[in-house]
Amino acid sequence: MARGFRSGGAAALALVLAAPLAGADEVIDDELVINGEIPIVTQAPAPEHVEAFSVIRSGWTFRSPETQAMEMDDFDNPAILGVEAARDDFDASLGANGESCASCHESPEDLAGVRAVYPKWDDAAGEVQTIEMQVNECVTERMGAEAWPYDASRMVNMSALMSFVSRGEIVNVAIDGPAAETWQQGKDMYYTRYGQLELSCANCHEDNYDNMIRADHLSQGMVNGFPTYRLKNTKLNSVHNRFKGCIRDTMAQTFSPGSPEFVALELYVASRGNGLSVEGPAVRN
Amino acid sequence: MADNVKPRVRVPSSATAGEVVTIKTLISHQMESGQRKDDAGNVIPRSIINRFVAAYNGETVIDVTLEPAISTNPYFEFQAKIPESGTMTFTWYDDDGSVYEDSQEITVG
Repeated sequence: MARGFRSGGAAALALVLAAPLAGADEVIDDELVINGEIPIVTQAPAPEHVEAFSVIRSGWTFRSPETQAMEMDDFDNPAILGVEAARDDFDASLGANGESCASCHESPEDLAGVRAVYPKWDDAAGEVQTIEMQVNECVTERMGAEAWPYDASRMVNMSALMSFVSRGEIVNVAIDGPAAETWQQGKDMYYTRYGQLELSCANCHEDNYDNMIRADHLSQGMVNGFPTYRLKNTKLNSVHNRFKGCIRDTMAQTFSPGSPEFVALELYVASRGNGLSVEGPAVRN
Repeated sequence: MADNVKPRVRVPSSATAGEVVTIKTLISHQMESGQRKDDAGNVIPRSIINRFVAAYNGETVIDVTLEPAISTNPYFEFQAKIPESGTMTFTWYDDDGSVYEDSQEITVG
């Protein structure tokens, strides 16, 4: 058995090596149009600050046709259940003031385009904020309710709703000005090797994208499709939850969802996708 | 009634006579199997949708018995031949006696 396994592994390795090196200029024919009406940019020229690629590709382009199809129709996308739950929450009054999200924002559609520029610098708070932090600011300060846990399904659903109403908008995260310092921190993290396996984000998502990592097809690690419904755990997953999973897989102690480290990393990784469409809530493995 | 149960259907609004159309349905439901235990070790009672029926102008198109192994938010996709204009009705039966209904008009023209 051990022998068989080893030779199988060697064959797999040979296959990987024989495959052409990650095709940065490869053109993907498949086009993603959601519900036949929302065109999604799934590949675009890489922004200047991303030196590793000439073309950036959404994680959608790395998935199998079946998984891709699930995202093309909202009826087939299980993430939409989370979006609908968040719509109910949007209208529900929270806290002592009897206010809801709808008291200020009227409808989720009023917030179209917001997702595309997050995470972003918040002057009042003096820090870079993710959309989850912004939601919690509203929940605690405006409505006087208790903060939602960063990774609770309620929060992930609301984040999914924010992506949903911005679908098709082009990601344009600011990396200069007051956000520059946090962005640099995120960039440093991206290239830092973590864990017993000593892997950085770049080792997989720059050096080896389009190759197989065991049974999975490595993507460029773009976050434009988050939060994503993952077939593996059949629920919506936040970006930070995914980061946590990646760092855990390097056999390291991870940071917590919502920690300043992950906020910085999210800013940096989101900026790598400047030029792609907001695609969330997407369907992934 | 179980929490957050909401039926959804996707039916084309028009068809040609005799056309075979694809119908998709999904109902959000926790589909508690009755096999699981809570933190205290007590069995969580079974609570599932046990039957789903679709009918066109009163004639049954499909009638399905659902078992506890069926996952959360059961989804059905099936095809039906549409001979004339009418109404497709969808009915889900819950273990607790609740009945959830939805219907959709199809125009043949």
